[in-house]
Amino acid sequence: MKIGVFVCHCGTNIAATVDVEKAAKAALNLAKVKFSTTYKYMCSSPGQALIKDAIKEKGLDRIVVCACSPSLHEKTFRECLKESGINPYLLEIANIREHCSWVHRDRETATRKAIEIMKLAVTKVTHNRPLEKTHMPIEKRVLVIGGGISGIQSAIDISFAKFPVVIVEREASIGGRMARFDKTFPTLDCAACILTPKMVTVAQNKYVTLHTYAEIEEVTGHVGDFKVKIRKKARFVDTSKCTGCGACWNKCPAKVASEFDLGLCKRTAIYTPFPQAVPNIPVIDRENCLYLKSKKCGLCQKVCPFGAINYQMQDEIIEEKFGAIIVATGFTQFDHSVYGEYGYGKYRDVITGLHFERMANSSGPTGGKIIRPSDGKVARDVVFIQCVGSRDEQKGVSYCSRLCCMYTAKHALLLKEHNPDSQAYVFYIDIRAAGKNYEEFVKKVQNEYGAVYLRGRVSRIFEKGGKLIVRGADTLSGAQIEIKADLVVLAVGLIAQNDAAKLAQMLHIPYDQNNLFTEAHPKLAPVETITSGVFLTGACQSPKDIPDTVATASAASVKALGLLVQDQLEKEPLVARVDKNLCSGCQACIKACSFNAIETKEVEDRALKRKRTVAEVIEGVCSGCGNCTAVCRMSAIDLEGFSNRQIMEEIEVL
Amino acid sequence: MTGDRSEWEPKIVGFLCNWCSYAGADLAGQSRLEYPPNVKIIRVPCSGRVNPLFVLKCLSSGVDGVLISGCHTGDCHYSEGNFHARRRFTILRKLFEYLGIDPKRFQMAWVSASEADKWAKLVKGLVEEIRQAGPNKLGHR
Ligand code: FES
Repeated sequence: MKIGVFVCHCGTNIAATVDVEKAAKAALNLAKVKFSTTYKYMCSSPGQALIKDAIKEKGLDRIVVCACSPSLHEKTFRECLKESGINPYLLEIANIREHCSWVHRDRETATRKAIEIMKLAVTKVTHNRPLEKTHMPIEKRVLVIGGGISGIQSAIDISFAKFPVVIVEREASIGGRMARFDKTFPTLDCAACILTPKMVTVAQNKYVTLHTYAEIEEVTGHVGDFKVKIRKKARFVDTSKCTGCGACWNKCPAKVASEFDLGLCKRTAIYTPFPQAVPNIPVIDRENCLYLKSKKCGLCQKVCPFGAINYQMQDEIIEEKFGAIIVATGFTQFDHSVYGEYGYGKYRDVITGLHFERMANSSGPTGGKIIRPSDGKVARDVVFIQCVGSRDEQKGVSYCSRLCCMYTAKHALLLKEHNPDSQAYVFYIDIRAAGKNYEEFVKKVQNEYGAVYLRGRVSRIFEKGGKLIVRGADTLSGAQIEIKADLVVLAVGLIAQNDAAKLAQMLHIPYDQNNLFTEAHPKLAPVETITSGVFLTGACQSPKDIPDTVATASAASVKALGLLVQDQLEKEPLVARVDKNLCSGCQACIKACSFNAIETKEVEDRALKRKRTVAEVIEGVCSGCGNCTAVCRMSAIDLEGFSNRQIMEEIEVL
Repeated sequence: MTGDRSEWEPKIVGFLCNWCSYAGADLAGQSRLEYPPNVKIIRVPCSGRVNPLFVLKCLSSGVDGVLISGCHTGDCHYSEGNFHARRRFTILRKLFEYLGIDPKRFQMAWVSASEADKWAKLVKGLVEEIRQAGPNKLGHR
């Protein structure tokens, strides 16, 4: 056995704290190490060439690379080994950057630790076995969770490549948040005019299946073969019969606050969320339907000319298979009621940006009039407050929601267009308008639309003489400000959906302290997750505006398609294996396996001259977690790449 | 290892699951958080991979402290690995108490891929605790 050790400087990232030359020299004292060297950037092509040459010239057969985390370049170096004709699994990475040079300052300490980490890797690589990737079939369909603009865009992109896509949307219609917007910044395109054609396209696309009013119930399996249970909530309307004529909702006597319009108007118990809904098929809200509650009414069933109403309908659970999953679940609004000083909930004329959006919309609840919800009078003096919930570690989230500066500027502009006598005042902390034509847009709103921008926080809002008195500070002039406002609009931040963590757990993808889903790498793999086959798009990963959302949607689609176009899927061979001679057939491993990846098998025992039951791992199903190995009484089951012997010896050399 | 307490530095082995804690430690590096060098990391796919024998092996070969760190409850990449790990941990710790091994020497933690801060603090705290517990005599009798 000839082990080669390659120590990377990583520019100065490693070399500044770790004496790489000393480490390389120390490697030569380790058993079976025949060669060691250092290089500025081992992952670069000259770096890899150096490894390849050494393999050839020195006849190396196992490699240890001391560099950054294996999550970054393990694949790169495996490929490099393969190209040199050595099995790619005869490699170990010693993480001397993230776990050493970046967390220690003292050169001597860091060098000593780097050598120890290297020692572990050398010990481990000694027992690596050459492995071959296994191959599995791929279910050539994609699941898109969420039917907002990001899910719609993903589905359209996938359908271009002629692969089937299923969108699961929990609301009665696709369209998501964007369907509620009036105009989009900075171009002032009407949101509906750019979104609704896409909604129709996706619905008519023969490769796309829509499951609206449906939720993900369970996800099992793995890349190439996800098994997903989908709950199709009872609509009480037969989608195959309904034509969306509207006879039912025109007659329905039960009226409740419309969620779509944030309570600014009412909807009926049988309803479509908005007029352009896709599919244009209503649902009956079981909490408020008089018939479903107390069997009184039944009007909709009487008036439906197509006999589409079915009060007996039950939730239905369907199970489908997918090769890849795109998560496009979007965001929700921050709950600003924690800001008591802004009087939300107390004063009807304190609203959120989304309320403003609905009012500005000509097909919205006020017919496009920007008014005071309390008395219906036209709003003239309007105060906008930014960063409500964002950039506030005490009460909200620490991050910047990225859109609020822009949508507030847009609102200030729309206000002037709708009510020419009006005046907008914007309280801000900083203006963040990074985006194409964004800064210019804000300038235009200030200069041409006369919006007054005040840098500072609002301390209190109270009612006096039918007006809202807004008190705050202008930190630039140092003056205390008091504005008599008709309307106050809170630019509330974006946060993860309430059930984001639950979905992440189902999909086995990580999420951060804010429940935003975590990408595989913040820079180089922004739409992938560490769970292969699961991709992220849109604001479920971090707040994003529409252009960024659409861009990530297309990116995620390409990643999913990259999987689907393969004939077979390569699977890591780092799986469990049973030594049949040692196995006593106790089946403890079968009970410990959450993946049903272990079976029993009869073998002929020559010594005992009879048949014996032993465990056997189904390679394609084994996920390589290693839980079985911890329960095996005979140490008969072991994990490739993390074997008992490897770990035991690592402990020994420490 | 010498008998001289003043030169003694705690030696700690950390078994970190690949998906959460190992990535959390990576993030600590990316965030340039500083922490003591005493914890040697052994990467395992999941906290459920840690065989109790590994822990015994550590302590019997003179390691002063052992840490198993995995994903938070519910977040295990393999669904249930950390539940199994926790069950084994509880039993093992009981056994150590019974055997007269300071239970501080064997700890378990949940560190997610985004909890760089938590990882750095955990290491600092752990090193301090083990320092207080003193050298592990088990391996040296
Ligand atoms: S993968 Fe982290 S504990 Fe199982």
